[in-house]
Amino acid sequence: MKKVFVAAVTGIGLVVLMAAQTKPTQTKPGQTKPVPNNAGNKQTGISKKSLADGKKVYDTYCLACHQADGGGVPRLNPPLQKTEYVLGDKKRLITIVLNGMTEEVEIDGELYENNMSAHNFLSDQQVADVLTYVRNSFTNKASAVTPAEVKAVRSKLK
Amino acid sequence: MNAILKILPVALLLSVQVFASDSTRVKKRTVKEENGGITLPKGFKAVVVADNLGTVRHIVAQSNGDIYAKLDRVKNGKGILRLRDTNKDGVADEIIGWGDYSGTGITIKNGYLYASSNTDVYRYKLDEKGNVIDTGKAENIITALINRRTHNTKSIVLDNDGNIYVNIGAPSNACQLTDRTIGSPSSDPCPLLDSTGGIWQFKADQLKQSYHNGIKYATGIRNVVGLDWNQTTNQLYAMQHGRDMLNTLFPDMYNEDQSAELPAEEFLRISKGDNYGWPYCYYDQFQSKKILAPEYGGDGKKQGRCEGVNTPIYAFPGHWAPNALLFYTGNQFPEKYKNGAFIAFHGSWNRAPRPQTGYFVVFLPMKNGMPDGQYEIFADGFAGEKIDPKNARFRPCGLAQGPDGSLYISDDKKGRIWKVTYGNK
Repeated sequence: MKKVFVAAVTGIGLVVLMAAQTKPTQTKPGQTKPVPNNAGNKQTGISKKSLADGKKVYDTYCLACHQADGGGVPRLNPPLQKTEYVLGDKKRLITIVLNGMTEEVEIDGELYENNMSAHNFLSDQQVADVLTYVRNSFTNKASAVTPAEVKAVRSKLK
Repeated sequence: MNAILKILPVALLLSVQVFASDSTRVKKRTVKEENGGITLPKGFKAVVVADNLGTVRHIVAQSNGDIYAKLDRVKNGKGILRLRDTNKDGVADEIIGWGDYSGTGITIKNGYLYASSNTDVYRYKLDEKGNVIDTGKAENIITALINRRTHNTKSIVLDNDGNIYVNIGAPSNACQLTDRTIGSPSSDPCPLLDSTGGIWQFKADQLKQSYHNGIKYATGIRNVVGLDWNQTTNQLYAMQHGRDMLNTLFPDMYNEDQSAELPAEEFLRISKGDNYGWPYCYYDQFQSKKILAPEYGGDGKKQGRCEGVNTPIYAFPGHWAPNALLFYTGNQFPEKYKNGAFIAFHGSWNRAPRPQTGYFVVFLPMKNGMPDGQYEIFADGFAGEKIDPKNARFRPCGLAQGPDGSLYISDDKKGRIWKVTYGNK
């Protein structure tokens, strides 16, 4: 029979070169739309812990395809930089992480062909952290994603 | 009726003006960068044939010197371009286009131009001067091949006996029930191998062929983009794109360094009936053998059912993405290049978080159809300063040999084509 591997979230010694990484910036809680770079610098809403934990999840499960700078791979893996998918509707974004994505997606005129696997094995907290990290990295700036929001989406998917 | 392909002077270094009096003629100033921005061995130089053409995948040179290019995305309603250099300065001054379908494959054989979409293969009859007689009259020789996004491009090459070979990539990384998903089991046997994961043989001159009258010529090949017919051995050769994500899917078995290097990108010398083992096996270039894939019980060392599976004749490091293969038969380049293999590597993404590489064209010396020494990087510098798929300036994707022995290289990022010559040519 096939082996089923349970992902070990901890204990994976990742040494990731993140030199090119944009420093995460802060935004106010509850915002649903991206804000300009010169706004929302108050240290409210997005915790450093959430960003740090989110980066760990990103480096383990996302970076291989979406790359260290969120740039993705033309024709294959969608970018996470300033795209409507990342900055827009949080429910859709959470659904993509939980369900994966196997349909054709076009972003800025480019089609992406690789399948994204479902990441429903991540906890509500992990999904919230990684999406908060992604929405505030790679030049992105958007509101945090909360575990409650992830839980609400997850409960409707089953 | 051929329509003019409008080329916008996007690049600062290139200025293109279209003559109002002749819709197919373009006046150009050549790109001023040395060798068009790439580096070459001593004695070689390059000129930019054309720039900003779009997503140029494979290219082929006609005996009259014309270059035909296939676009991955139709641009201005055109998926095939013909570039003509009327004053023989190396730079195209006439560009026409047609063919309202996207795709990768293009080749010429026995008086026909062949081009592929991601499901079909078409051909166009050429006249004695090498011109397509009627661009509106495409003969649809192969149809309804599988296109499920992943690995959907169809590369094509012909033999000397009236057959055409088409790669049909597996729409999957490792035949998991759910693609690229941790813990998702892989089917055994892998059902995808019925209709994908191999190279099929069809007749070059029959219409509307599909799986029912094609021959599965070789199987167990995850995906091929670069392939060529070797005239020395009269055999099919191809470059396999090896599997991805050994570390992501099996972090306890493969560390990030191993996952960046493994498995090899395999150079295959193919005989009818060959089986190269995908998805059950991959080639480990350090152990020099086919290894059982972890999805099928492998541990990185075990061979198991992979013993006896066909092996590559040469192994390149992982994830470089070989997108074109060309055996050099010209007389222009120095003797060592004769009958050797040029391979265009599109460049990696699945080596992250390790640095990406492979954005270059290599040369592998060959003798009697087998590698005769180690590869060397022939043309480099395509990516520019940032070597990764998003930021790379150019990504090599196609190769062609001109009638005078010049080597053409295409890029599918912006659509630049270089003509590489040796000496005073």
